Amino acid sequence: MATIALQPRYKLVSPTRQRVLGIIYLALAFLLWFAFIRPLTADAVTTFGMTPGGLGVRELAPWQLPTRTTILLMAAVTAVVGGVQLVRGFGRWSTLVLGLVVGVFVFGFLIWSAAGRSLNLAGLLRATLSAAVPITLGALSGVLCERAGVVNIAIEGMMLAAAMMACLVGSITHNLWIGLLGGILTGALMAAVLAVLSIKYMTNQIISGTVINIFATGMTSFVSSKFLQTNQALNDPGVFRTFPIPGLVDIPLVGPIFFHNNMFVYGMFVLLFVLQFALFSTRWGLRLRSVGEHPKAADTLGINVFRTRYMAVILGGLVAGFAGSYFTLGSVGRFDEVMTAGRGFIGLAAMIFGNWTPFGSFGAGLLFGFANSLAAGIAILGSSIPSEFLLMAPYVATILVLAGVVGRGQMPAADGTPYEKE
Amino acid sequence: MTEETKPKLDAGKVLTQELVGEGKGAPRGGGRQVAQAVIVPLLAVVTALLIGALIIILTTESVYAAFRASIGSGLVESLRVVGEAYGALFAGAFGDPAKIAAAISSGDAQAIRRAVNPFFESLVAATPYIYGGLAVALGFRGGLFNIGVEGQLFVGALCATFVGYALTGLPTIVHLPLTILAGALGGAIWGFVPGYLKAKTGAHEVINTIMMNYIAFRLSDWLLSGPMKRAESFNPVSPWIQDSAKLPRFFDSPIRFHAGFFLALIVAGLVWWFLFRTRWGFDLRTVGANPHAARYAGMSIVLWTVMAMGISGALAGMAGSNEVIGVNYNMAMSFSSGYGFDSIALALLGNSHPVGVVLSALLFGALRNGATRMQVVAGIPIDIISILQALILMFIAAPAIIRSIYRLRAAGKGEQVVSLRSWGE
Repeated sequence: MATIALQPRYKLVSPTRQRVLGIIYLALAFLLWFAFIRPLTADAVTTFGMTPGGLGVRELAPWQLPTRTTILLMAAVTAVVGGVQLVRGFGRWSTLVLGLVVGVFVFGFLIWSAAGRSLNLAGLLRATLSAAVPITLGALSGVLCERAGVVNIAIEGMMLAAAMMACLVGSITHNLWIGLLGGILTGALMAAVLAVLSIKYMTNQIISGTVINIFATGMTSFVSSKFLQTNQALNDPGVFRTFPIPGLVDIPLVGPIFFHNNMFVYGMFVLLFVLQFALFSTRWGLRLRSVGEHPKAADTLGINVFRTRYMAVILGGLVAGFAGSYFTLGSVGRFDEVMTAGRGFIGLAAMIFGNWTPFGSFGAGLLFGFANSLAAGIAILGSSIPSEFLLMAPYVATILVLAGVVGRGQMPAADGTPYEKE
Repeated sequence: MTEETKPKLDAGKVLTQELVGEGKGAPRGGGRQVAQAVIVPLLAVVTALLIGALIIILTTESVYAAFRASIGSGLVESLRVVGEAYGALFAGAFGDPAKIAAAISSGDAQAIRRAVNPFFESLVAATPYIYGGLAVALGFRGGLFNIGVEGQLFVGALCATFVGYALTGLPTIVHLPLTILAGALGGAIWGFVPGYLKAKTGAHEVINTIMMNYIAFRLSDWLLSGPMKRAESFNPVSPWIQDSAKLPRFFDSPIRFHAGFFLALIVAGLVWWFLFRTRWGFDLRTVGANPHAARYAGMSIVLWTVMAMGISGALAGMAGSNEVIGVNYNMAMSFSSGYGFDSIALALLGNSHPVGVVLSALLFGALRNGATRMQVVAGIPIDIISILQALILMFIAAPAIIRSIYRLRAAGKGEQVVSLRSWGE
């Protein structure tokens, strides 16, 4: 509580933070110059391919950028922004500027690592979006639960269980949609356990989450090695087809990336907008959030705290189930043991990074997804920077955000506290 | 806030009474309390095993076939399947009594070793659990949820491995302690970071330790496939450690039982002594139980939050180094079978008390080791152990479930050891 009181909402940027950010920007500018420009020859050229993949999609001509000049320009811009930040700051535009600077730096890094070679930028962005789907959906599940005051570290477990069940049901019924339903309901079932433990039995919510995670890992691996691996017919549900949206898919670059996907990607966008609107512009959302901020006050006003929390957690489970089904039905078309590989925890990180909002979660999901696909891209390019460090970036970024180094999130005040009616 | 010196004494006295009633007094406070402390964990384990039996029955095809024939033969077949599975679990954990007897009567040393090996293998499996459970338990006592034992274990193992193979020509008496220390230090650093951030910025240690886990995994990925990779191997695995860094083993092959087990017991004793017999331990527990009162009594919350996470991390790091210097003699990414997460369950099962932790660790070690045989003999995947552990954790965390099943009376105050604060605090 004390930490929240020290950081009032109206005070956007503290002087310390302004200076710290300024110094970070200047350091980034220096790094661009020192590490990226100096080793380059003057005539190096970076080529960005514009082939997003997929059939019958219009392609753009590749971009050609003079590597040295471009990065020099970026370093100069970053340095100027850093100077301004240090002297007078950007006030309420600070976060936006921070995002821009990070974006410029990442782009500079891309240009540098692909110097003299060709990198498929459109393909990278497309991979980013597909990597962002499960992360964002997981984060949305977390947003729903935590806005109502129930900590959900079991996103990983719910997704894993849902992935397995979607695969199993889909394989048995030979129907992807029934498989999807199975996955979503499994997520909800897991969430119901979390809800009963956390709300009814007032178990520590982190322990309830750990129960779900351990159980899901054990259960899915058990079923996998007992049935799925021995009987391949049970592990072959097929995949949701790509469904190009007519008209929109013809937009150059944007079209093939956003409108040439399968149902899960569109579903994520729909959920994203629906949840953002529902949580922040409807009475339902206000009630849900009030339960997470101050359950006692909400109770006094006649809101049923327990029912609201049950509903929020189970809705979160449905979303996590949808996210889990993506792994089997939307991506590879089979179940492998522990295939979610920590994506649920990145989702948790994205939720925190996105300040417990759907849109923020999506932004963070994109950022983390980008780090993911960039790591793969860099491994192919054979860059001198190990791709593992890029894969670490989401976790480091989350720790920095939590510590308030680059801004601080506003978590729901009653998040993690069981409610006891007097 | 400025406090006068006078009320501090009173706060301290109130605090002492509160804490003695809960932590130190519990084991001494008469038979009833001890029974209360033991009966719920015991029933939790039994219930989990019963549910496990149900899962085994439901996933075995021969049972369905027998039920189709007649209900009686179905029940018999169910019992047979469960008996076979749990019999294999027992034999895998403690050794097959018939085999041991036959081996002893034959007098062949190799045969005896092979027959009693399962028992020692359970102790080997229990050793990292002891450290991991102590790590989580110490965190709980300090009011912190260290969910990052797995990552600390990895970093500890990395450090121990490096010291183990990179330093050459040292005598064992120097090299071995150095290696153990390196492991503890690595884990301590990994625990220190979230502890420091918690104390200084209020960032919640649960999220930070989860993030630190994944940073540790990626770090290990990189080190084991890059700088620390064994030159002659295609797989990401570290070089073998020097002989001088290995913990001594007591018997010839195949028994892998090593001195690490006794070291773990000593460490458990030290943790008990530290927590319940020193002023520092008292401070740590006070900060954990009631930070406001602790601050009022003049204890440093920052110091003890950082210390709790640091020591907890060091214990977790020792779990990692134990696996390297006692069992594997090298490090690969697959060296930990989720010890870090299982440790949460066993710390709670052991009521966050070193004695309880050691007992729970022995149980978990036996389960995990026995399950390997169950998988081979009865065809039950080893993952059922994770299901059992999740169930045990659930029943321990929500004792009301166990009570309502067995119609037990509710226990009095002071039962809840884990009084963690919410996300925001």
